[in-house]
Amino acid sequence: MTKRLHRFKGGVDLDYHKAESAGVPIRSAPLPPRLIVPLRQNARSVAHGIVTAGEHVLKGQRIGEAEGVLGTAVHAPTSGTVIEVTEHPMAHPSGLDTHCVVIEPDGDERWVALEPLDHRSIDRQSALNRLREAGVVGLGGAAFPSHVKLGSGTGVDTVVINGAECEPWITCDDRLMRERADQILAGAAILSDLIGAKRVLVGIEDNKPEAIAAMRAAAAAQAAPIEIVAIPTVYPAGGEKQLIRVLTGIEIPHGRLGTDFGVQCFNVGTAAAVHRAFALGEPLVSRIVTLAGNVERPGNYEVLIGTPVASLLELAEPRADTDRYILGGPMMGFALPDLSVPVIKGTNCVLSASPTLFPRSKPPLPCIRCGECARACPAELQPFELYWFAHSRNFGKAQEYHLFDCIECGCCSYVCPSHIPLVDYYRYAKSEIWARERETRAADGARERFEFRNFRQEREKAEKAAKLAAKAAETKAKLAQTETAPAPAPTEAAPQSEDDAKRALIAAALERAKQQKAAAKPKNTEDLSAATLAEIAEIEARRKALGLSEGDAGDVRPALPTLPGPTTAATPPAPPGGDPEPLAREDRP
Amino acid sequence: MIQSPYIRKPASVQRVMFTVLLALTPGIAAYVWQVGAGILVNLAIASATAVAAEALVRRLRGRPIAPAIGDLSALVTAWLVVLCFPPIVPWWVTVVAVTLAIAAVKHLYGGLGQNPFNPAMVAYCAMIVAFPSLMSQWPPAGGLDFATQLDLILGGARNLDAITGATALDALRTGLRGAESVDAILRQPPFGTLGGRGWEWIAAGYLAGGLLLLALRVITWHMPVAFLATLAATAGAFWLANPAQFASPLFHLASGGAMLAAFFIVTDPVSGATTPLGKIIFAAGIGLIAYLIRAFGAFPEGIAFAVLLMNLCVPLIDMKTQPRVFGHRRGKSP
Repeated sequence: MTKRLHRFKGGVDLDYHKAESAGVPIRSAPLPPRLIVPLRQNARSVAHGIVTAGEHVLKGQRIGEAEGVLGTAVHAPTSGTVIEVTEHPMAHPSGLDTHCVVIEPDGDERWVALEPLDHRSIDRQSALNRLREAGVVGLGGAAFPSHVKLGSGTGVDTVVINGAECEPWITCDDRLMRERADQILAGAAILSDLIGAKRVLVGIEDNKPEAIAAMRAAAAAQAAPIEIVAIPTVYPAGGEKQLIRVLTGIEIPHGRLGTDFGVQCFNVGTAAAVHRAFALGEPLVSRIVTLAGNVERPGNYEVLIGTPVASLLELAEPRADTDRYILGGPMMGFALPDLSVPVIKGTNCVLSASPTLFPRSKPPLPCIRCGECARACPAELQPFELYWFAHSRNFGKAQEYHLFDCIECGCCSYVCPSHIPLVDYYRYAKSEIWARERETRAADGARERFEFRNFRQEREKAEKAAKLAAKAAETKAKLAQTETAPAPAPTEAAPQSEDDAKRALIAAALERAKQQKAAAKPKNTEDLSAATLAEIAEIEARRKALGLSEGDAGDVRPALPTLPGPTTAATPPAPPGGDPEPLAREDRP
Repeated sequence: MIQSPYIRKPASVQRVMFTVLLALTPGIAAYVWQVGAGILVNLAIASATAVAAEALVRRLRGRPIAPAIGDLSALVTAWLVVLCFPPIVPWWVTVVAVTLAIAAVKHLYGGLGQNPFNPAMVAYCAMIVAFPSLMSQWPPAGGLDFATQLDLILGGARNLDAITGATALDALRTGLRGAESVDAILRQPPFGTLGGRGWEWIAAGYLAGGLLLLALRVITWHMPVAFLATLAATAGAFWLANPAQFASPLFHLASGGAMLAAFFIVTDPVSGATTPLGKIIFAAGIGLIAYLIRAFGAFPEGIAFAVLLMNLCVPLIDMKTQPRVFGHRRGKSP
């Protein structure tokens, strides 16, 4: 146990407030009256719903099928009846709606038939599929599908299990390690097998001595080469890259995967879920959630996925002066726009915030370039430079200064003596850059479609011309046949010029039009009453008097009304919808 | 909209500036003890001027006044101006200098955090160019009582020869022009054990305050160490080459504004370099130029000019010394 640890630069010391919720054992949250299970499980994939309203489901029954590379299955968290499949706000800062299955529990908690499986008895691909079908995703917060993380793995020799839990207030991993260390280690062993690793390192911050002791005791009983490592308590030691750095010395740059460096990282909760998916055959339908902050009864609860946050909060009894609820920790979480949102697989904590506990930030002062942020940045960036570039919307320069290496841990904002919301600027700059890239892509797409349209129109024109030429030739031939002797073709019939063909065509068309005109009758002129007929006659008479012939009567339009005032006259009317590119719009699929 | 983090370290610009003012007090105390309480009068005049100038300019710029006064940065500028100036400089010189520093050097560039030049150093350079004789009248340590100092500050008649002596750096320069050897000069009255008599204590006070700033992590070691080391190394090289013609490194460290500059002026974050390597280059540049001006230039003290020259180089230094970010170290990625 004398492992040489590495360090990452930066980081901050915080008031961790772990004791409030870490002392109480995990309790099961009671069944809420309704469970709202989102089919969307991460930013890039939505499961395909396979249940309809009125259907009865069992606990663990699949209600959403995995779709796409990043897809995982979704399961009913308890037995009950599907009330509806509807749009419901999700636990996301945007508060946007997503497809959700609403289940009314029947209170029986009746499981589907579970099929435990030994991962060693099947091939790797089947084992990964089991995780996909069991809906196992990263429980550390990002909810990235575990089978995808494992799937890319060859040449990985180290599995890092993340028990650092560096965010203040959150203790769900701490309690899990204290109470279910054997499950975590069994899961870690499976993960290690599946990825072909030689060793497992479990990193736990040294402010959790009970968890370290429990994990060490469980590790001692295991045959697998699992090492429990106490790491210094520095926020954000639980960041994946920071933890890998501390335990192995490897630095994974932005945009690269751990597997490229022979290391892959999983949260302790994920490891436990992997164990349950195999040993018990249980899909992931619940997780541990910390309730803490400005509450009377902080603690950790085993919560069914889909439990509305509002009904969960009742268990902790938030105090009267609570003004906001934060999902996640105070450093990286977000204030919930709506308490009806359900707990999802990445939800680790619901914090009740009060103005005294989490004071609103003071008005920012100018940056004095003191460099505190640079000293605190675990990504070793120069945050004040990035701030400057983001502030002046110089996004290219911000990217040059590695904006996208920022992990948004919040250390810079935390230490800034000028109270500048630095991370907000980086989030803003990133989203602006993404939006621009999307725009560029859309513009490229539009240009391509436009160019293809032009090409298509040219082609169609050519085809039409060819068709016309053929038809003209035919007509000409026909004409030549009917007017044989009396009117021979006016000399040189042999080389049919294109002009002749056209002329013939025009003549034929004119003839057709004449016939049509003769055949067509003016509409609305039948069955008119005598009075109406008289009226019409009167009007015609007036017209004649005015000197208008029948033909150009239709061309007389009322003069455009004079636009009032110079301002409106100067502005051309905007096209409907304000779309400056009608062509591009028309060509949109 | 995510607005995390929801917790903040109890830090503020005000706290930073207050710490700097606090760290100046040992030096000021030594000043009062060794030279006299006249400096306190100057500090009061400068502080009042700074607050008034700050408020006036903020008002003209249509910005709220209270937070700018509250951040104490104007006071830091004012105090540094005073501590660089001779303690018996007439009150109006102080007023003009502080107004220049706050209104022109700081606010014409956009206010707090925006000025490319160190306001106190611009004020010093402007005054020494404009009023060379007033800015060169330093009383010998303990040579003037408070009443005389006050009288001079308030614009009393100046019988220069009676009241002022040369500073250590000045005396050295004049002596060397007169082809005396350093050893002979240093035995003259203005000189103490290390530098100017009495002024050594003031330098020690600044050193103590600087160590406090280091301990409280208001400043990092890079700039003071690089500045003092370069000043000492350059002085040492010349001294070893020709001890009769050049003073020792210790003399240079203890004389003039070396200690004040090392911990309070070079370290100004706004106008200085910000990257670790950049800070070292910036401060080393100041140390080198300051020595060259002291030894070969037209002014006895060259730190202020050196600071301004290096301020000019800051954008380049910062741009060329950006540290590698996490995971981007050379030779580490496969």
